[in-house]
Order: sequence, then C-alpha cells, then structure tokens
Amino acid sequence: MPETNYNMDMAFFVDMQRCIGCHACEMACAECETNGQESMIHVNYVDRAVSVQTTVQVCMHCENPACANVCPADAIHQDDFGVVHSANTPRCIGCSNCVLACPFGVPKKMEEAELMMKCNMCYDRTSAGKKPMCATVCPSQALYYGTHEEIARMRPNSTPVNSFKFGNQEVKTKVYVMMPKGAKQLIVD
Amino acid sequence: MAKLPTSVDRLIAAFGPHKAYPPQSGFYGAHEPDELVKTHCCYCGMQCGIQLKVKENKVVGFEPWMDFPYNEGRLCPKGVERYLQNNHPDRLMAPIQRVEGEGFEHISWEQAMGKTVSEIRRIQQTYGKDAFAMLSGVSLTNEKSYMMGKFARVALKTANLDYNGRLCMVSAGAGNKKAFGLDRSSNSWADLAHAEVIIVAGANISETFPTLTHYIWRARDQGAKLIVVDPRVIPLARTADLHLDVKPGGDSALFGAMLKILVDNDWLDHEFIADHTVGFQETIEAVKDYDLDWAEVHTGVAKEKIWEAASLWGKAKTSFLLHARGIEHHSKGVDNVLSCINLVLATGRIGKPYCGYGTITGQGNGQGGREHGHKCDQLPGNRDITNPAHRQYIADVWRINESEMPGKGLTAYEQIDAIHRGEIKGLISICFNPLVSLPNNGYVREAFEKLEFYVCIDSFLSETARYADIVMAGSLHEEEEGTVTTAEGRVVKINAAVTPPGNARRDGDIIMELAARLGEADKFSFASSEAIFNELRLASKGGTADYFGITYEKVESQMGIFWPCPSLEHPGTPRLWEDRKFSTPDGKAHFNPVRFKLPTEVTDEDFPVVLTTGRVVSQYLSGTSTRRIGKLVDQYPEPLLEIHPKLASRYGIKTRDLVRVKTRRGEAEFPAQVVETIREDTVFIPYHWGGKHAANQLTIGNLDPISKIPEFKVCACQLIPTGEVASAALTETAYQSDL
Repeated sequence: MPETNYNMDMAFFVDMQRCIGCHACEMACAECETNGQESMIHVNYVDRAVSVQTTVQVCMHCENPACANVCPADAIHQDDFGVVHSANTPRCIGCSNCVLACPFGVPKKMEEAELMMKCNMCYDRTSAGKKPMCATVCPSQALYYGTHEEIARMRPNSTPVNSFKFGNQEVKTKVYVMMPKGAKQLIVD
Repeated sequence: MAKLPTSVDRLIAAFGPHKAYPPQSGFYGAHEPDELVKTHCCYCGMQCGIQLKVKENKVVGFEPWMDFPYNEGRLCPKGVERYLQNNHPDRLMAPIQRVEGEGFEHISWEQAMGKTVSEIRRIQQTYGKDAFAMLSGVSLTNEKSYMMGKFARVALKTANLDYNGRLCMVSAGAGNKKAFGLDRSSNSWADLAHAEVIIVAGANISETFPTLTHYIWRARDQGAKLIVVDPRVIPLARTADLHLDVKPGGDSALFGAMLKILVDNDWLDHEFIADHTVGFQETIEAVKDYDLDWAEVHTGVAKEKIWEAASLWGKAKTSFLLHARGIEHHSKGVDNVLSCINLVLATGRIGKPYCGYGTITGQGNGQGGREHGHKCDQLPGNRDITNPAHRQYIADVWRINESEMPGKGLTAYEQIDAIHRGEIKGLISICFNPLVSLPNNGYVREAFEKLEFYVCIDSFLSETARYADIVMAGSLHEEEEGTVTTAEGRVVKINAAVTPPGNARRDGDIIMELAARLGEADKFSFASSEAIFNELRLASKGGTADYFGITYEKVESQMGIFWPCPSLEHPGTPRLWEDRKFSTPDGKAHFNPVRFKLPTEVTDEDFPVVLTTGRVVSQYLSGTSTRRIGKLVDQYPEPLLEIHPKLASRYGIKTRDLVRVKTRRGEAEFPAQVVETIREDTVFIPYHWGGKHAANQLTIGNLDPISKIPEFKVCACQLIPTGEVASAALTETAYQSDL
C-alpha cells in the first residue's frame, strides 16, 4: 500500500430523510479526476407523482463484497481499510457479474468504456485526510463523513445501522444508514 | 429602438445560450492549478465560501473551502458548477454593436464609449435628463451597487435609476423599515440552528438556498418543530411537522388568524409589547373577526392545522420566522411581511439568543445591494433620497451641490410603463434581464422595442441584451474584487480569481470611463475596489446600514463582519435588538394593522385556476448564466406545469401532455407534470426561461402600492390541453429561449 493518511475513525453516514434531491453530490462526484465527469453517486425520485422524496444510491462498501467475490477477473479489490475499489481497468472484462450481484444495485457498467465503475470513497481525498467530495458538499448533510462520536452527538434521535437483511442473507457494510433511534438492522424483503 | 437585429436563431447560434460541459478529463490545469482563490459563490444570498482553481488566468475548477464558517465546504449544484462561466464559449470578449439584418459586430471600446455617450447626450438634450434611465441589479458587489447609484445621480444626472431588487425583497425591506426602522435579518443563521419552532413561509429553502437546509435540519436534530407555509410540498415540507398548504394570496389571512389565536389564548409577551412596541391594540383590532372558519375559507388551509401552527408558535420559548418571495411577490407583499412581523412582536421573540426573524434574499448580494443607493428612492447607507439631511450628507461625500442631485425616480416596472408613454427614450442596464424576469413580458419586450437607444453591460448576451444597440462586455463575479453582504447581514470578500477574458473589462472600469466621458472624471477616479469601498464606508456612516467600521482587512481576517459596524473598534452585530432600541424614530418596534385583501386577479369562470411561479434548484433567476451550464440545464431542462392529479383529470391531462396555459396577458405551452405535491386549485411554473418558454408571459404586472413589487405569485389562468404530447425536441432547446 502507498503511504496514506486514511483515518479509520471516520465513517460515511447516509440519512435519506435529510436528502432534498438537489444533486449537488452527483455534480461534485463527477468532478473527480478519476471519474471522467461520470458520477458514482445517484439521486433519484422514489415516486415523483406522489412525493418529492429522493434516495441516494452510493456504494455501501460491503465487508464481504459480493461484487468482488463474483468477479471472474479478480478486478475488484478491497483494501486494508475496507474500501472496495472500482474495477481495475486492465483486468475488467466488462462481464457485468458485479452489476448483477450487488444487493444494493450500485455498480454501473459504463457501456462506452466496457468497464465497471463505482465509488471508491474518494480514495484520493480520504487517503489525504479530506472528506469525500459528495459528503463535503451535501448541503443538507444527508451524506456525512465523520466519527461515530460526532454523529451520536449531533443526531441524538437517530442511529447508524450497517446491517442489512435481504431475505435470509445478511450484509454488513462500511457505510452506515441513519435509522430511527434503537434500530439495529434494515430488513429489505 | 427596434425589433431584434436578425432572427433569434442566428443570435443563438452566435451568442448562445450554449450548454458548456467540462472536458471528460477536466480542464487543463484543474489537477495542478496555479492557485486556489478563496471567494464566494455568486448564486444566492447565502454566498457560500468556495475556492476557485485558476490556471493561466482561467477558472478551471473548484475546491470546497472548509474553513468558511457559514457553509464549511457545503455547496448546492449551482455552486459546484459555477466555475464554468469564466471559460464559457458564449462569454462576451469585446464590445459589440447591433447591425440591422446581421446581428452584432465587434467594435472597439472607443467606438462603444463614444457612441454611448453621444446617444446619452442627444437623448438628454432632446427630452430631458430623466429620459435616459438606468436599470441595475443586486448580483453586483456592494462597491458596484454603490457606484451605479453615484453614476446615475452624478454622471447621468437622471432620477430614473432602479434595480432588479424591485423583483426581489423590496416588500420585505419596506415591511422591516416600518416595523423596525432597519432592513436586515435580525439574527445570524447560527441562532436558527437552536430555535425551538421554525416557520418558513413562502421560501423554497431547499431549492433556492439549499445550504441553509443544514441549519434547519440541525435545529430539528435538537427537537425543533418545523412549520412550512407553501402551496406546494417543497422538499423542506416533505418531513415538516406541519405543512400549511396556503392558497396563493392567502398569507395575510393565515398570519392574521394565527395572531388572533395568540391573543385569544394569551400566548403573548405582555411585558415586551408594553415596553418596546407601539400599535398592538390597532393591530389585534384588525384581526378580531379572523376566526378559524373564516381563515379556512381564505387560506385554503384546514383549520386544525392553523390552530396547531399558532399553538406551536404561541407556546414556544425560542423561535425563528423566515420568509421569502412566496409571500412578498404580491400586490399586498408589504402587508404579508408585516403580518409575519406581528407574530414575532406579539410573542416578543426577537433580540434574544435563538429568537429571530428575517427575509432570505434570493440574489447574490440581495442584502448589500439593497442598501447603498441604486434604488430609485435611496442613497447609500439605506438613506432616503427625499430626506434633506440625507441628501446633504451624500452630496458632501460626492462633492456635488445638493440641489444638483436628482430626486426620487421611477421603480423598475414603472420605467417600463414610462417607456411605453414615451417619457423614457434611452436606457443603460447592467445585471438585469427584464425580458425574462419581469411579469407580462410581452409588454416589456414592446417597451424595449420603443427605446431610441439601449446599451447593456453584461458577460453574456442575455435575452434582453439581444435588443441592445451596444453591449459592453463586462465582468463576472470572479473577475472583479469587492464585497457582498449575505442574507444574514455578513459582509464578505469577493476576490478576483482572474482578469476579464479577451477585450472584456471590469464593470467598475466601464462605469468609471463612462463617467469620465460624461465630464465627471474627478468623482470617479477610484484606484481600486477597496477605494470604492472606503468611500462607501464614509457614505454609509451614520445611516441605518452603517459600514464605516468595516474594512477589507477586517472582513478577510474575521471571515466577514455583520453590519451595523459604526467604528473601527466595533466587532459588528450578528444579533440585532439585544438592547431593545429599535431604529424607528420613537425607538419602539411597530405593530402594523393588516386587514386581509384579495389578490389583484382572482379566479372566475373564464380563468378558473390559480397560477403561481417560482424556481428550481438547478437554475438561478433569469438563467443568463445557469442556462449556459450543461449539467444544470440537463437536471431540469424545461419549465414544467406542475398540476394536481384531481385538477388534471378534469381536463384529461396526463404527465408530459402539452398544455396551453392562458391568462389575460398571454399564453404559452408547457408539458404537464402531474403530481400530488401541489394544491388542487393551483398550478406552478418555474420562471427561469425566456421566449416561448417564459412563465412571465402569463404573470401579472400589478404592483404593491408601497414596495412596487409585481404580483408574480398569483394570477388566474385557463388550462387548454393541446391533445399533443410534449416533444423531445422542445425539451432539448428550451434553454435557448427561442421565440
């Protein structure tokens, strides 16, 4: 590993209730030099006909990443800090296994480039002691990057959760979602 | 002067709008910039801190500025993309002149200046001084705002100077002056984050001031109750404790009824009312009949919700009330503002920690720009041009005879009327795009066609500039140093990141040369922006907006200074009225009786639906710059007609159906967006587009009698389904404002 200032005390928290659907995160993400003006985070309306509610879709950085596990080319790498990196360009064969396997529907195949691309937690910034671009600019702080102590102090009515249940399968992630106080797991049936 | 010099398609081909995108790998130098310049975003009254990346005198990217205390790096999509203006292919790089049948041709500055000054002289000698008018704008810095006021009165010697703040916060300013004697938000946003109850009335904070959302969410993290007053479920309203879906035009009925509930339940601060206010009895007398049944009819809000709102407000210990254009853009905009202030005064929650009130200014310098004299009735320091002592003080600062100073002129929309009447024959404008932003814009366009001479200073060829005889290539926010005053009253520093490209010039230099050619060189010989600011400090000294103690050094070293700041030792004033000494002549805060009135135009059989207008998060005002930024256009490419499914079903309208919307002033077609997030009796169209996509073809030009703000927020319309589905081609070109 190259020398890094990646701080393991810092975590990424997503609170959908705070999202105002402004797309600042997408615009800022696309500015990253490794993303080639493509955003790795996506904001979508849940159902605009009935509500202005939006969701943010960003890589959850699974502790045991399905995308990496199913990659036949061994192109997706999880580093020592738990960050799951975008497919290694020379190795990726554009097979889309990762796109199909991800329980959160995160990786996108960039058809033109025949490459899988996803969020790498702004590794260039986070390894230099900065916050990821999306969580830096997010005007509502629906995306927050900081310590567990900070989030507990600032948001006493909600709890970070990083355990998800899809049917019988449990997935634990590096990224947390904020849920009502006392919640332990998000069950997705 | 005339119609467009050539077809609008040819003008668009030559000058845009074109959508600009950064190259896939970023602009040259974005990853190794020569410098990062600390400055602010240009796109709203929050003035978020941002760092611009500069390479070889071009702005090539941005980097968040984590240390600026208001936003700590946070930005909205407009802030992220704002860096794309300086390097834009549509950027005007030289003065241009109208050529009949052709469009525009490049000319020298000598030609541009010479022609402009000779036309100013010809028109003023033929028709009188006031026949040459000026329109300015409050996206300009304090220095430029100050200089426009001085230029109009000292060099042009015209009374007819006004500004686009007339479409912005004049109702709030008038209301604040009546109630408090001073026009500024009472507290910094730091207090907002600790308030127990927050009312947001007619302010689409999450789309128009997105970074302010963080302060409201922080308050809610601590248990604050949020009450949102808006005809639509705006993003801030989605999770609010109470959403009062007020019918457009019903605001003062709502606030009047809430005041009555406060009185009936004795949720009042009697000590504050007795010791520090006047006018309480007349004010509650005015609302004594506004019971809940009456209120439900006139507001369209369920009476239980009105009672609950009053109860939350009445019982709170700390609170903040915010409003914006939603309640201000009315023929009774000042009344609406005063009815909000009455709620604040009745509960005495002002001038204390976590207790505040304020309007939120939409434009970049909506606060500072409305204080220093480019308004028809105002002189620097928020002085009054009809007050003899104020006139004498400013005449001395300007080294002119008081008798030479013009008096009060016409407001912006009244100038349009005066052009139609033939009283105004020539116009100079800067930072104002009235063909998009003024109501009933067919009438506005006809006025511009009647002008004998029109010169426009702008960075891009706006829809209005297309009608100019000469367009002088001016400067962007990032091309000229200065200060702006944020919506919380904080004076901050705008640093020039680059010099204007090509042969474009700084706005300040253009105005100084014009003034010199008009014979006033000695009064416009500023060596720097700081020199202008230093004269502004003196001009504001002793006024209600007193900047005398603010210096560039203090602003930069302290990350902004809140006015009033009357002396160099003074630390500034983040929270007003802690001493309970209000700036009114009697030192008291003034209640003002408000009796509910209907809007100018109410629905009837012919025009049965209420039309209201507003903004979307990815666009800024008339879109002169934001309709040129690709990703901002793509996020919301065209104005949509928001309509409730129940209303839509009456007309058989489905999402994407093309609907003709007709008012007594005009008609235009918009694709429908059928959503449950709007009142059943109201449709909404955002106003950022020009040409055939302009919502302001439909809106009404009736003015508030005091503030002279137009009634953008309510008129009556018909809906006529065209039977067609909106085409992709229409969506694709909407940003261009074609005709």
